[in-house]
Amino acid sequence: MILTPMLHFSMPLLMGSTLNAWSEALAGFNPMGLPLGLVILAAIPLVFIALYSLTYGVYGERKISAFMQDRLGPMEVGKWGILQTIADILKLLQKEDIVPTSADKFLFVVGPGILFVGSFLAFAVLPFSSAFIGANLNVGLFYAIGIVALEVVGILAAGWGSNNKWSLYGAVRSVAQIVSYEIPAAIALLCGAMMAGTLDMQKITMLQSGSFGFAHFYLFHSPIAWLPFLIYFIASLAEVNRAPFDIPEAESELVAGYFTEYSGMKFAVIFLAEYGSMFMVSAIISIVFLGGWNSPLPSIGSFALNEWTSGPVWGVFWLIMKGFFFIFVQMWLRWTLPRLRVDQLMYLCWKVLTPFAFISFVLTAVWEIYVP
Amino acid sequence: MQELDIAGMGSVRVTRKNNNVVVLEKDLATEQMVLAMGPQHPSTHGVLKLECLTDGEVITEAEPYLGYLHRCFEKCCENVDYPAIVPYTDRLDYLAGMNSEFAYAIAVEKLLDVEIPRRVEFIRVIVAELNRIASHLVAIGTYGIDLGAFTPFLFCFRDREIILSLLEWASGARMLYNYIWVGGLACDIPADFNKRVKEFIDYFRPKTVELYKLLTENEIFVKRTRGIGIMPADVAVNYGWSGPMLRGSGVKWDLRRNDPYSIYPELDFIVPVPDGTVSEVGDCLSRHLVRALEMEESLKIIEQCIDKMPSAEGFNPRAAVPKRVRPKAGEVYARAENPRGELGFYIQSDGKSTKPLRCKARSSCFVNLSAMKDLSRGQLIPDLVAIIGSIDIVLGEVDR
Repeated sequence: MILTPMLHFSMPLLMGSTLNAWSEALAGFNPMGLPLGLVILAAIPLVFIALYSLTYGVYGERKISAFMQDRLGPMEVGKWGILQTIADILKLLQKEDIVPTSADKFLFVVGPGILFVGSFLAFAVLPFSSAFIGANLNVGLFYAIGIVALEVVGILAAGWGSNNKWSLYGAVRSVAQIVSYEIPAAIALLCGAMMAGTLDMQKITMLQSGSFGFAHFYLFHSPIAWLPFLIYFIASLAEVNRAPFDIPEAESELVAGYFTEYSGMKFAVIFLAEYGSMFMVSAIISIVFLGGWNSPLPSIGSFALNEWTSGPVWGVFWLIMKGFFFIFVQMWLRWTLPRLRVDQLMYLCWKVLTPFAFISFVLTAVWEIYVP
Repeated sequence: MQELDIAGMGSVRVTRKNNNVVVLEKDLATEQMVLAMGPQHPSTHGVLKLECLTDGEVITEAEPYLGYLHRCFEKCCENVDYPAIVPYTDRLDYLAGMNSEFAYAIAVEKLLDVEIPRRVEFIRVIVAELNRIASHLVAIGTYGIDLGAFTPFLFCFRDREIILSLLEWASGARMLYNYIWVGGLACDIPADFNKRVKEFIDYFRPKTVELYKLLTENEIFVKRTRGIGIMPADVAVNYGWSGPMLRGSGVKWDLRRNDPYSIYPELDFIVPVPDGTVSEVGDCLSRHLVRALEMEESLKIIEQCIDKMPSAEGFNPRAAVPKRVRPKAGEVYARAENPRGELGFYIQSDGKSTKPLRCKARSSCFVNLSAMKDLSRGQLIPDLVAIIGSIDIVLGEVDR
């Protein structure tokens, strides 16, 4: 059952239309009145994301950074080191679970949990395809912005609970960071919501479909739409603590920042949350500005490329590909740029990004009202 | 007005205005936190410990603690023969072993008053300048890491690897060479050495441009280093700074020019000093720039040396090496321009022994580091990291 769609999945261009029919048939597979087919269909992207977050995000990061730095990266475990992350996770699982004696045990334990929850709860409202969304909230975008901010509570709990000076610095910096980046990020996303006229992520995506593919995306909706796109992208880097804004975990300054004291599985959970939120912000920017699960390929005359590459499973493919693209850009930036200082980040967010976010907000509003 | 003393908050002045509005005047003395940075910290470049008194992220006082890598170099020297000290000098500034050996060899030769074959001088300068490039590559690469840029570090190490291979080919060791001996060299350079060095120069020139674009011209890098840790020229001289640190403060002081030794007077190179256009004179960026520009000058020196070098015919690198080093009674101080500044050796001989009576190394890193307290006052923690990185310390030389 599972194998067949995978086979099709490997040849998406050839099997496009068959795949659509196939996935619809699978969705209608209800033995004994149970929507089993739907569950299987839903499991594919979720399993994929989990796999990605756990292994291939880390593996990809290591390989991409290696290629950028004239190295080979992991090569020993499996072909091209493809199983390296699994080996690492096994190692982390076996490690002793250390809680420092002077740490606040409750906060220390609960911190990684909050981080993980904050990063993965937002996956519920991501529309992976027209047929698959965890919870179709009518305030999905609002929920996503809100729930991601929960991560900072986890960071603060982890940093404070560790009873380590470096961790404390990391936690305090993280809080200073969130009040800086959240405002431009939220305003930039609001521009997308204004263009759509809804906060429903599924509706935002659907409004960007059309036979011209990428031309319907909100990035090309108005002449100033690139501005909130750019602002959100920069703010999202700060949101996931990636370079050049990896200030709370600045390795050369704060050893490891808020997770200095963590080891073993708790460390793995923090790591997982980090890679989870990397994908999450990438998915959000793809959904709001780049059409989410819509195919970017345009139909040219009778050559209906767009229709051939659209459909529930294709949707998952496109969203994940767009997400991957932004993750790649994040990694690219990380391995290129130095780190800003925390006051420089606040300067950037408050004095540069926020005014420009307001400008794009007003201009988008004017565009939406006066341009049909 | 009323003074309240709330536990742990210092004194708080409470003023009651006419309409009974309570105004708290901020005189809250926050508690300062002692932050022990190092000896196991990613950016203290080894085992330096800085005990910082911090007010939030602002450092009010930073005291360097040394000695974690102390190996009794000077006492060891008193117990071994003169030639046997050469391997110890490698371990001072282990990133620039050739330069340290060079300085020591000059000191003992001055004491012995021996004539060195001309080809030996050229080879010494070539390997020393190669080692200077390798050392500056490490300095620049690790400085990138200190500021959060990881990739330049690996690019630097990739190129440094070629230099280390060349030096290994010549001397048999990658970092601790024991190649420059008192009165000569351990061995001649391999036959094709000069050709390979030329190939390396052709390869490396474009790479310095790449490094310049990737790191030095990076907007964030400039933001993090420009105007940080400014050291005025007069204070720098008072602290006894030397090398790229002093030149970064705008003082054109290079021992290869100001107190020439070996064949440096015959060679054509400039001493780069920041003019204040890209950086503010004396800041971290100036010091970084000096290192970046010096690599190009070293390449020029090596090229000239290869062109001018006498042929290997009838050359014996050990011709002037004394069988037994026993200088007449006296003392000497000789110094050389190391990648990190002035490395000087003060040697005292009693005229009877083959061992020095006293051998003191004047370490550039140690002297440069002494300004740490002044430089770090009132800086933020990230800037402190930038300052330590710009000093470019090698703890092997600081602690000896």
